[in-house]
Amino acid sequence: MTAAVPMENGLLLAAVLFVLGLIGVLARRDIVFVLMSIEVMLNAAGLAFIVAGARWHQPDGQVMFLFILATAAAEVSVGLAFVLELHHRFKALDVDAASEMRG
Amino acid sequence: MTSAFYVSGVVAVLATIGVVTGRNAVHALLYLIASLFALALVFFTLGAPFAAALEVIIYAGAIVVLFVFVVMMLNLGPKSVAQEREWLRPGVWIGPAVLAITLMVELGFILSHGRRPGPTIRVVGPTEVGVALYGPYMLGVEMASMLLLAGLLGAYHLGRRHRSGTDAVDGEETRRGEARLLETTAGGQKGEDR
Repeated sequence: MTAAVPMENGLLLAAVLFVLGLIGVLARRDIVFVLMSIEVMLNAAGLAFIVAGARWHQPDGQVMFLFILATAAAEVSVGLAFVLELHHRFKALDVDAASEMRG
Repeated sequence: MTSAFYVSGVVAVLATIGVVTGRNAVHALLYLIASLFALALVFFTLGAPFAAALEVIIYAGAIVVLFVFVVMMLNLGPKSVAQEREWLRPGVWIGPAVLAITLMVELGFILSHGRRPGPTIRVVGPTEVGVALYGPYMLGVEMASMLLLAGLLGAYHLGRRHRSGTDAVDGEETRRGEARLLETTAGGQKGEDR
């Protein structure tokens, strides 16, 4: 019994979405867009787990997706608090505005 | 069912391109919602209906609402009225709407051909996921709860308002209040001693 969708295609979709999110993180300077791109990347990672879970008919993939979901929820709450702090302190949403440490 | 996977995959990629290349945060959020719905449909076609429901409820329901809150909070002021009027132009929402309508047609197609994703795919339902989650993955659940608590505390700590101009006054007020509290406590203790 094989899945109707080949695993390679599912993983390819996950890889394309992940790369799109990575491009967003690297290219965009608006911190709201950076956070949204991180969400896209986390989603792509979850999709890869779901594809693997569907390939072997095991619930483990969905369990890992749940953990990624919890991570994304915690990440976005802290990240959006950072957005508000950045806007309050620098009056800008540009991540380069907070480059005082020259990291 | 295979075609449903490919159509929603293409919709997800197009919507994600809309997210990454968007100029306005609200436009990008609309595309992000379309992308999340498309991924939920992908999960459904892969035989993971529980993950699909959680994708819609938590990602598109809770996380995107947080984003919308923050974007709206950052757009306060009189110019936001004109901006909202501009957001309601058809050019803004036509792209995400077309993608979402595609997904809705696809969902109707799936539901009209029986509830199961397909004969060759074994559906891993919520029961199996729950048994695995509270069996071998119990430690992971505890760690996720601690992570959420840390996120809650971090968001609270970062979100506190420091009014830069009035900090000193506030500190003075607090100190005076504390002193008064100490006096009252000391007085009470003296009263008890007598």
